[in-house]
Amino acid sequence: MSDKKIIKIYLYTKFERFWHWVQALMIITLLITGIEVHGTFNLLGYQWAVAVHSFVGLSWVILFAFFVFWLFTTGEWRQYIPTTKKLFSVMLYYSIGIFQGKPHPVQKSPGAKHNPLQRLTYLALSALLLPVQMFTGLLYYTWNSWNNSAIPILSVIPLTPIALLHTLVSFMLLSFLLVHVYMTTTGHSLFSHISGMITGWEEIYETTQVEDWEVPAGHKR
Amino acid sequence: MKKIRILNRLSAFELFICMMIFAMIATLTPVDLSASEEPIGRTMARQAVKREHRWITTDHSKHEELKKNFMSGDEITKACLSCHSEAASQFHKTIHWTWLASEEDFKADFKSTDKADKKSRRYGKAGYSINNFCLSSNNMQDKACLSCHTGWDSINGEVNCLKCHGLTKFNYKEAFDDIKEFASDDDEETKEIMAEIQNDIKKAVGNIGLPDRSHCGECHFKGGGGDGVKHGDLDTSLIKPNRNLDVHMGVDGKNFTCTRCHTTTNHNVAGRIYTNPAVESNKSLLEDDLAPKITCISCHSETPHKTSSKMNDHTDKVACQSCHIPEYARINPTKMGWDWSKAGKRDKDGKPYTVVGDLGKETYLSIKGEMIWEKNVKPQYFWSNGSQTSTTAVDVIDPSTVVKVSHPVGDKNDPNSRIFPFKVHKGNQPYDKVHKTLLGPLLSGEKGYWTTLNWDESLTIGNEMLGLPFSGEFAFVESTYVFPITHMVAPREKALKCIECHTRNDGRLENLTGFYMPGRDKASIVDSFGWLAVLGSLAGVALHGLGRFLTRNGKEK
Repeated sequence: MSDKKIIKIYLYTKFERFWHWVQALMIITLLITGIEVHGTFNLLGYQWAVAVHSFVGLSWVILFAFFVFWLFTTGEWRQYIPTTKKLFSVMLYYSIGIFQGKPHPVQKSPGAKHNPLQRLTYLALSALLLPVQMFTGLLYYTWNSWNNSAIPILSVIPLTPIALLHTLVSFMLLSFLLVHVYMTTTGHSLFSHISGMITGWEEIYETTQVEDWEVPAGHKR
Repeated sequence: MKKIRILNRLSAFELFICMMIFAMIATLTPVDLSASEEPIGRTMARQAVKREHRWITTDHSKHEELKKNFMSGDEITKACLSCHSEAASQFHKTIHWTWLASEEDFKADFKSTDKADKKSRRYGKAGYSINNFCLSSNNMQDKACLSCHTGWDSINGEVNCLKCHGLTKFNYKEAFDDIKEFASDDDEETKEIMAEIQNDIKKAVGNIGLPDRSHCGECHFKGGGGDGVKHGDLDTSLIKPNRNLDVHMGVDGKNFTCTRCHTTTNHNVAGRIYTNPAVESNKSLLEDDLAPKITCISCHSETPHKTSSKMNDHTDKVACQSCHIPEYARINPTKMGWDWSKAGKRDKDGKPYTVVGDLGKETYLSIKGEMIWEKNVKPQYFWSNGSQTSTTAVDVIDPSTVVKVSHPVGDKNDPNSRIFPFKVHKGNQPYDKVHKTLLGPLLSGEKGYWTTLNWDESLTIGNEMLGLPFSGEFAFVESTYVFPITHMVAPREKALKCIECHTRNDGRLENLTGFYMPGRDKASIVDSFGWLAVLGSLAGVALHGLGRFLTRNGKEK
């Protein structure tokens, strides 16, 4: 293990990092204000909680549309293609290997920034949970506009299932957030993953061929 | 591939910032974060009432007809009618004269005046309506009760136009009584007094105009036998209110008279009448410029708040009054309960007595029973389409329940129903144990309960007067009577905060169920599962972290 050299590669572009942190901020804000709107605690005051929640939620929907556009134009969507290859060994690593000091079975590379487990998780998140949350959120927000209106199917949908689904998914997102934050500590050091997402430079063992142009001037070996 | 990556690094960030700004601007519109914008409903209402006063083209003090010496009230009215030829016949068809209301009347726009079939027109004080306040059979001779009648001589003779249109407070009855007494007297001094009285009458009769708050309030502020007894949102504090008490009527604000909203057609004043709603459908003046201005949305529109405000999404289900009248009876107390079964106690000298409570109001009277008075009362909320049920003296009741003498009509699934605030007055009143009907005792007069404290006698006479059977067996039954709370609209900064209803426990709408309200409602199964998942995740990562700590990540030192 110690014979392997740790090197840094430029893994996350400015845009990806910015998007990540903006999204993180939005999710945390939405969770806090959402739980207040849910009636669990009183923090901002209900009116402000609703206003902030609506504002951030709608902003997120719009920004997410741009993000999806970016995903497809850059081909980055391929990072989310699920695979079962090495999936089991990653799961095995996190349940046993990590305690034995074994190396992570999958190395990060610019072509594959996510390990198979991450791929699955992030696909479920980006393709299922977030869209469902945004869709129910939009229905929730606009409910009064179409409820009791002339639109036949929409006019009979009560608020209850929309609200309950929105609440349920928010709990799942909160659970994800907790696990996700914890998982950042499983890098080479407690904060190496987080600093990777801040600076863009991720530490990896020198086993992967890193293209010369991928290393900026200051970090040339 | 290379090109795309360079594009990512160089411009995606800047591009993103642009998108972000665009998104912010786009979403700012539907969210209420800007404080500067004027709510549209306010602007529209201001426009609708821009003109401060109605202009008039006549000065009644200059009319020859009104400069005569009047010997009676009826003569004054005849003088009025010599110009306003249709006024009396219009007025005779209104509930202010007939004290009768029925659905037929309402729908036919009060065209029917046929009193023949009284039983089909049971609503109204002259019909079989009964409440749980000053229960009383009609046809009684109590002058205080009849003081609200709009004729000169209770229900006889001409309409007393001056009751609503006389701008000078003047005791005509006393003046005409004096005139009658002095008329035969030829004494110089008496003649002088006569001339003085006549002069005063002429002055008063010449001062004519549209009714103001004190005219309507003379009866409507004092309904039930005293100030603030009945309505809760109508009492003498509204004669000269400040805008804190009523933002529309406040003398330091818009100074609205009652008729500013209770608009009038052919002497028919817009407003709710017993079971009938004030309006059949809510319309703004933009949809129907001749519609009565009786509803809030007439002037304020259906979406009165700032364009971006979530509050506008409430107006399809929540009446304006629910949030904008946080409490009623804010200056004068109002009566919340009246227990007739406690009446009849005597003090140790065997005489009826009175107890005055903390609010300066009578909490016990031997002749009336026990009273509950309250100030700054939070309304109760019900679904309401504007109609109310009304239990009359001819309707059969279920004495094993609390009798709803009147109750809001509405349902959460009815698109015309809104959540509306009400005052609920609790009563305990006599009913016929055999016929299962509410009873109307005779209260005033020599044989009335207030003199005799004898229920058997007063109930027998009262129901005789009503022309209704009485078995002689009576008991007391608990009852409720509702009044819609629609006056005493507070300034907007005093409107209810969201949390008053959107709260898990003890919210104002706690009793209204069957729909999902954020902040109040949750599905236990969703919340339990959700928090279990969250706690499970926390426990999972904590254990995992502990494992890594204990095994030092498998690294041997």
